[in-house]
Amino acid sequence: MMEFENQSLEDSDLHLSKTDMESLALNDDDNNNNGNNHSPSSRSNGAVNGTVNGSVNHPLSSSSLPFAEIPTTDDTDPLLTSSSPNQNLSSFNSVLEPPSYADAVFGSFDGKHINGAGATSYDYLKISVTDPVKEQDPVNSLVPGGNTYVTYLITTWTNIVEYSGTEFRVRRRFRDVVTLSDRLADSHRGYFIPLRPDKSVVESQVMQKQEFVEQRRVALEKYLRKLAAHPVIRKSEELRLFLQVQGKLPLMRTTDVASRMLDGAARLPKQLFGESVVCAAVDPSDVAQPAKGGRDLLRMFKELRQSVVNDWGGTKPPVLEEDKEFLEKRKKMQDFELELTNVSQQAEAFVKAQQDMGETLGQLGLTYVKLTKFETEEAVFNSQKVRAADMKNVATSAVKASRLFRELNAQTVRHLDKLHEYLGVILAMNNAYADRSNALLTVQTLLSELANLNSRIEKLEAAASKIFGGDRSRVRKIEELKETMRVTEEAKNCAVREYERIKENNKSELERLDKERHDDFFSMLKGFVVNQAGYAEKMASVWETVASETSGYAAKSS
Amino acid sequence: MTTTSVNPNDGLQSPRSPFLSVSVTDPAKMGNGVQAYISYKVITKTNFPEYQGSEKIVIRRYSDFVWLYDRLFEKYKGNFIPPLPEKNTVEKFRFSAEFIEVRRQALDTFVNRVASHHQLQQSDDLRIFLEADEQTMERARSQDTGIFKKKQTDLMQIFRDVQSKVTDVVMGKEKPVEESNPEYEKLKRYIFELEDHVAEAQKHAYRLVKRHRELGQSLADFGKAIKLLGACEKDALGTAFTELGAKSEMLSIKLQRKAHHLLMNFEKPLKDYVRAVQSIKGTIAERANAFRQQCELAEQIKLKEIDLNKLRILRSERMLDAEHEYEELKAEGQEATKRFEAIALLMNEEIVRFQDQKTQDLGRAFHEFAKGQARLAHAIADAWRSLIPKLDSLSVS
Repeated sequence: MMEFENQSLEDSDLHLSKTDMESLALNDDDNNNNGNNHSPSSRSNGAVNGTVNGSVNHPLSSSSLPFAEIPTTDDTDPLLTSSSPNQNLSSFNSVLEPPSYADAVFGSFDGKHINGAGATSYDYLKISVTDPVKEQDPVNSLVPGGNTYVTYLITTWTNIVEYSGTEFRVRRRFRDVVTLSDRLADSHRGYFIPLRPDKSVVESQVMQKQEFVEQRRVALEKYLRKLAAHPVIRKSEELRLFLQVQGKLPLMRTTDVASRMLDGAARLPKQLFGESVVCAAVDPSDVAQPAKGGRDLLRMFKELRQSVVNDWGGTKPPVLEEDKEFLEKRKKMQDFELELTNVSQQAEAFVKAQQDMGETLGQLGLTYVKLTKFETEEAVFNSQKVRAADMKNVATSAVKASRLFRELNAQTVRHLDKLHEYLGVILAMNNAYADRSNALLTVQTLLSELANLNSRIEKLEAAASKIFGGDRSRVRKIEELKETMRVTEEAKNCAVREYERIKENNKSELERLDKERHDDFFSMLKGFVVNQAGYAEKMASVWETVASETSGYAAKSS
Repeated sequence: MTTTSVNPNDGLQSPRSPFLSVSVTDPAKMGNGVQAYISYKVITKTNFPEYQGSEKIVIRRYSDFVWLYDRLFEKYKGNFIPPLPEKNTVEKFRFSAEFIEVRRQALDTFVNRVASHHQLQQSDDLRIFLEADEQTMERARSQDTGIFKKKQTDLMQIFRDVQSKVTDVVMGKEKPVEESNPEYEKLKRYIFELEDHVAEAQKHAYRLVKRHRELGQSLADFGKAIKLLGACEKDALGTAFTELGAKSEMLSIKLQRKAHHLLMNFEKPLKDYVRAVQSIKGTIAERANAFRQQCELAEQIKLKEIDLNKLRILRSERMLDAEHEYEELKAEGQEATKRFEAIALLMNEEIVRFQDQKTQDLGRAFHEFAKGQARLAHAIADAWRSLIPKLDSLSVS
């Protein structure tokens, strides 16, 4: 709705309203200053002081600040209070300074993790993503001007020991982020790893290049900050390499079937022909990885068969998911996810309704501005002049109220965004649970294998014992099988260890999630409520002015 | 809904002062299906001598009001006849409670305005409307529809003519049969432009009502969803969600009520304003009509005069007849002039009254609007604020 406002400011015809609009701005500031010093803030002070986060965070005591006038709104980074041209500069400035008061204020309502400060630790890992630049891949471009991509400047400030340094700057492209995400998923099975931004191939074609790049920059920053906020991942090697190492990212790329085929060609025969090949080549640690396409075909088939046996077979699978507590918690989470999705949708509808309200109020105000001008110019009678004055009051108040709604909405979006965020967290959690299931499946598969091998050995031994002197080929076969079984046993143990490890990760992550969820949601609710109350009070005072100015008419009503 | 209207010429509140107070109440659905209609009770209290008694109750339907309006418009040229609510032939079939109430109020306002207008209140047609039994009323109504149907189309044509004439004058094209009264021209232009402005204001007011309803609905849905979420959680967080959800639902009800209040107290007066301006346009058309008649007659008189002189010179035996006709024409011309001048005079009076009235009406509407908005905002603020200490205590428990 900036359009109509600008219109009224620039339209020289509306000479009457231009001064009004300008004086409007002045009145606004007055109102705000007053509003901040008035009862709203002191009331909230009284209610809040010394309660929730008593310690270092006194953000809640200045809860008047969140609903102070904030010009640009949809920006998710609360530190950026200026308009976009200055964005880069101010983000650097605000982050370079020690955590400012404003920082703490907004930080608390958004959860404490925006800048990667651990809840309890004092080491920090601050990341910002800036300066998108279009670059060209010189090697691969057969077509001149083809194969361009965007790189982003990733700046890190940290005092974490492992990083041995305090400030780093690297350039990365989106593909590198995908790599980072994949490697983290491999090495941190069982953890609730924040989801990376979408590749969104379609969107990149449809949207304006600049808009898309900006959207992606914001998303990348959010993602990296979430990684930095995770207690385990922030210390990970993969993240460190990503943030520190200049030039090419020293992490292995994935999902490229061709390279994996080349990669795994050496291992292919073993996987395909299974146990008939000499077993020493089986690397037990392979079982620590989930079966992937390409080189792990046979393994995938076996695990698939196993899972079918699990689901449809009458026999009880060798190892059951026995952790009842886990199953209960998972069910609860599923319910939570369902309801959260619903709330998230209703929140969106609510935000839309608030936005519409603000817009309509603005249009109403503008209409009355025009009417005022009209009546003033055409005034023949005094009654018209009086009416024009009344209408002017209504007009300015409506415009003020419209602005307040717009700001209220921006804040509301920020708060309710937490709901959307948690849906993402739940997705990450589901991934972690999938890791667990996969690991369990591997264990079950290997156990089946072992049982299988065992029965074959027994059969062969029984048959061999009937032949006097032994059966040379059979005996050799038995030896081979026993060797395979030994290796498989080792693999099984490895798989079981892995499974237990993932279970532990799940458990600790769930505990962490529960705690954070509690804090985050409370601060969200509080922020939302304080916001609504504050802005409602501001609007009340705006309308009260008009009501008192028109109170003369009330006395005359029949 | 009874308003006592005192004759404006009589400033004293003595019990003997003439009064005519009317109210429209008790809407009731009559008939079935396509033929269904709403009937209203019209209660009159008066001490006007022409009226049968001091109190009378009759049953009237919307088309009776339309009859009254048409009769008044026909007879009281120059006066601004208070406007009627629209026909709404489609919405009528839905007959929602809100629609009926809005219409009833509008009809009540209409009759009251007629009854308190010092010229219109003398109307015989008004008396018939307020007193006659249902059969007489029905007869009167059906008699006139034939005539007025034709009138309507004439009126439409006149509207268009006036409109085009106004734009012509504005554009600088002079047309022969047009008043050259600059003040009046200004008034006409004003009225036409005013209609656009007020219509826009009314449109936005109506949208604002809708927005309140939508916001209320979304808060209700949001509250319900959050309560369900609260049911998932145990302990403190669950309670917090549930409390928030309940608050949202409570506020949603307030918003719906506010929407209704807005409709009645803010949108309705604007709707009324639009109709009033449109009614004035009708009067403008009538004035243009009268002026044209006057001019035509003046033309005819001139021609007749030339004719007569010719006959005088020729000493024709038709001269006496011609003289006779000439006198008749002159009398007609005088009548037409008188009629036109009466309209013009009345209009001048009416416009003053209109402007005063509108300032009052709008002032009241604005006051109600602002008061309502302030009250709602306070209620919202209080509701949310009351939640804060609860949230605080829950978050640490």
